[in-house]
Amino acid sequence: MTPETPDVTGAPTRDVPVIDVRGPRFGAAVTALLLAVVLVLGASVGGLVVLAVVAAGFAVGAVRGAQHTWQGWVFAHWVRPRLAASDEVEDARPPRFAQQVGFAITGVGAVLGAFGVLAAVPVAAAVALVAALLNAVFGLCLGCELYVLLGRLRGARRA
Amino acid sequence: MDRLVLLAVVVVATLVLGLWWSRRQGVVRAVRPVAADDAFAAWHGTGVEPAGAVFVQFSAAVCSPCRQTARVLGALAAEVDDVAHVELDVDDHPDLVRRHGVLRTPTVLVLDRTGTEVARSSGAMSPRQAREALALATTGAR
Repeated sequence: MTPETPDVTGAPTRDVPVIDVRGPRFGAAVTALLLAVVLVLGASVGGLVVLAVVAAGFAVGAVRGAQHTWQGWVFAHWVRPRLAASDEVEDARPPRFAQQVGFAITGVGAVLGAFGVLAAVPVAAAVALVAALLNAVFGLCLGCELYVLLGRLRGARRA
Repeated sequence: MDRLVLLAVVVVATLVLGLWWSRRQGVVRAVRPVAADDAFAAWHGTGVEPAGAVFVQFSAAVCSPCRQTARVLGALAAEVDDVAHVELDVDDHPDLVRRHGVLRTPTVLVLDRTGTEVARSSGAMSPRQAREALALATTGAR
């Protein structure tokens, strides 16, 4: 799966794991579909269950990387063999950061829902849906937009 | 029914946001220069050395378009004399990130031969945008 010469050039670090660029976008599309289902189910137990499934997937991706989620498994076993071969790979860290952001949003929604605040379920789903769609349709890199801001917030708190 | 309308609103708003975001990628903005006697001195110890034009790129490990921008600027620096490209990790240089108001990655500062920032760009940069930025650094010679 990994080409001999990964197309990850330049600083900051080399010799990092790389993945097919289409995998995370496929996963984001599947996730967006599920989040749309949550929005339609609304502030209900059904919505909470689907949101919890999405959050559990993000939890795996946040720790082990997007390629190890069930969406990543479906992509590797069912989708990728049917696509044209591609050597276009990317560093596995940016998609993993996106999974962490997704987990933070859907995790809060699922936990609040489990404690009876069902109104949090569609709100979390809507926010996560925006991020997943931006990723799937436009290839938005959440890490690029948020990482520096989060780092500056951390720094400001320390200072 | 109301929920389907809500879903449609969220999807359409996201598509509009995404189109706007896509169009902003790599756009080069001229910066009103701030006069300094030796602007390169402020970059001491970062690997930024005086040249005809210097592209200073702020990158992060969690940023994939940073790699594309690095390839484009690296190729330009290799091709054109007296043009340099330096990539800095935001984690290694929090002070510079703050001083230069960097909010996202990649952010590229374009310095002219005096070390003054003359242009800035953020997001994935195309070769055409890189040449546009270079033109601002070399024609705006003071």
